[in-house]
Amino acid sequence: MSPSHIEPVTLAPSRRPDAARSPERPRVLILGYGNPGRQDDGLGPAASAQIEALGWPNVTAYDNYQLNIEDALEVADHDVVWFVDAARSGPSPFAIRALEPAASLEFTSHLVRPEAILAMAHQYYGAAPQAFLLGIRGYEFEFLEGLTPAAADNLQLAVEMLKDRLGASQPWVAS
Amino acid sequence: MSDIQVDLGQVAPARTSSGARKIVIDPVTRVEGHGKVTIRLNEAGEVEQARFHIVEFRGFERFIQGRMYWEVPVIVQRLCGICPVSHHLCAAKAMDVVAGVDRITPTAEKMRRLMHYGQVLQSNALNFFHLASPDLLLGFEAPVAQRNIIGVIEAFPEVGKWAIFIRKFGQQVIAATGGRRIHPRLCIPGGVNQNLSVEARDALRGDIDQIIAWCCDALELHKGFVHAHEALHETFASFPSSYMSLVAADGSMDLYDGGLRAIDANGKPIFDAVRPADYRDYLIEEVRPWSYMKFPHIRSLGRDDGWYRVGPLAQINCCAFISTPIAEAARKDFMARGHGGLVHATLAYHWARLINMIHCAEIIKQLLFDDDLQGTDLVVTGERRPEGVAIIEAPRGTLLHHYQVDDHDQVTMANLIVSTTNNNEAMNRSVTKVAMDDLSGHDITEGLLNHIEVAIRAYDPCLSCATHALGDMPLVVTLEDAEGAVIATRVKE
Repeated sequence: MSPSHIEPVTLAPSRRPDAARSPERPRVLILGYGNPGRQDDGLGPAASAQIEALGWPNVTAYDNYQLNIEDALEVADHDVVWFVDAARSGPSPFAIRALEPAASLEFTSHLVRPEAILAMAHQYYGAAPQAFLLGIRGYEFEFLEGLTPAAADNLQLAVEMLKDRLGASQPWVAS
Repeated sequence: MSDIQVDLGQVAPARTSSGARKIVIDPVTRVEGHGKVTIRLNEAGEVEQARFHIVEFRGFERFIQGRMYWEVPVIVQRLCGICPVSHHLCAAKAMDVVAGVDRITPTAEKMRRLMHYGQVLQSNALNFFHLASPDLLLGFEAPVAQRNIIGVIEAFPEVGKWAIFIRKFGQQVIAATGGRRIHPRLCIPGGVNQNLSVEARDALRGDIDQIIAWCCDALELHKGFVHAHEALHETFASFPSSYMSLVAADGSMDLYDGGLRAIDANGKPIFDAVRPADYRDYLIEEVRPWSYMKFPHIRSLGRDDGWYRVGPLAQINCCAFISTPIAEAARKDFMARGHGGLVHATLAYHWARLINMIHCAEIIKQLLFDDDLQGTDLVVTGERRPEGVAIIEAPRGTLLHHYQVDDHDQVTMANLIVSTTNNNEAMNRSVTKVAMDDLSGHDITEGLLNHIEVAIRAYDPCLSCATHALGDMPLVVTLEDAEGAVIATRVKE
């Protein structure tokens, strides 16, 4: 199997056609991150996968183990961005926080914060998408595959919330 | 606003049995996912030692047990959010041995090498640009609010472009070789499951010269910092040490395969051309009660003298030369700093990392013009063996995977020595050096915390088995008296 397409390195985000930028159809990015091999740490990727399966044309969803600086390219290419992560503490089933760009310096490259991604997207591309952090409450983070039942329940509620919000920008979606 | 947080709300003053003042701050109850530094004073109130505690692969080796051996190269990618490809490749090499294959086809080896050098390139780029450049390009003492990648981009606009697009290029190499950017599935025991499409090759060829040029530009920018801060660069968190890395049979740098070489602080060989299967004849892994991490050391030198450093600095100190021309010229320039000996400066990890990035980009270019990558002979089979060991040079240094497999093809034992484990003792010594140089009184000042972080960033330790749920990863620094009573704690969230 060969990759179908490799994008060349370009010096600007790969903007999609302007038609996709109309106010009625904001371009939405769902970026789920976490490790599915660590039980509930996989909540972010699981949410991303469920949204991706909807196939909504103005919604992009992908996942990774953690955020990385090149995510700023995708972030800069969208109007609304949802960072979706597992939460070790806090309210169930989930919590939502609006994000603002903010740079930080960590002691390990194993941590890149969503605010830093937004800051890079803003600083380098002048992009200022609406951004939210969705923390879905998880409970167990050991080396096992699969969500705990309680986390799976939280996931479904979080995904329903996302669908409601995203559906508002999907006039062709039957309610 | 400073990003340093001291959680005064949880301060609980107390007295130790000896009457020493004790301040206990317990801002985090999580048992993993954070770095913890403990500085211990002696009776005279001087720094005796410092320890950097991190959680590593607790439980993961058991997680692998019972898995079918051919599944393991995919499963182990879940170890690390930064280096999944390194674990994928190292496990695949070990499972080649289990599959009875001593030599894979040229196409398979070159596909793996292309993926590996793409991974090392992009991972080192993340370290340098996102993690290290704020300290190095803006200065250690720059205000915390500015000392970050955004501050760097404001001061050096080109750096943001280099950071993002070198990373992106490395990801494209991984996607082109592994079928996808995340969770690639290139390797199977005995070979690979795809070659490189002409379309992907041509796209990458179009960008590689620019990537090499940017890596060279980054090196020149970094050298400007070094030349402006020579004394700091030489002495900060530094000490002579032994080094260990893979090298090719001809002594050249090889990040994918070769024999294991260790040299002492004077550059004299401790061992050389060690086959991965023989690692236990040369290395021993010690467990200490205060740390989750193992302390590997060189068996012949013992616990106290057998520690060593791995990673980019070790890779350059250990090799006799680099096979690609631009990186080799950069290596000679770098080694001249050792005046005929090795380079021991801890901050030189960053310089070495940039040379390493140039080398990776040059190797990628060579491979992109090698027709073997479009070959169709992808897999070799052999007679099953019960055990396999492999070593690879991951971005942070030497990575070892060791597996035993039963007659039902299930893994019965897994032992991993990761780069950060190899650097365990060295990180402790660097933090100790910083504490000795910078601690004054009993205050964990912002400056001290900052310098501790700078020292740790040189090694860029791999943390916490790739679980990164919200709220993780503060750095906690604790100062203890000679009896182990806590004097002060400071947390950077």
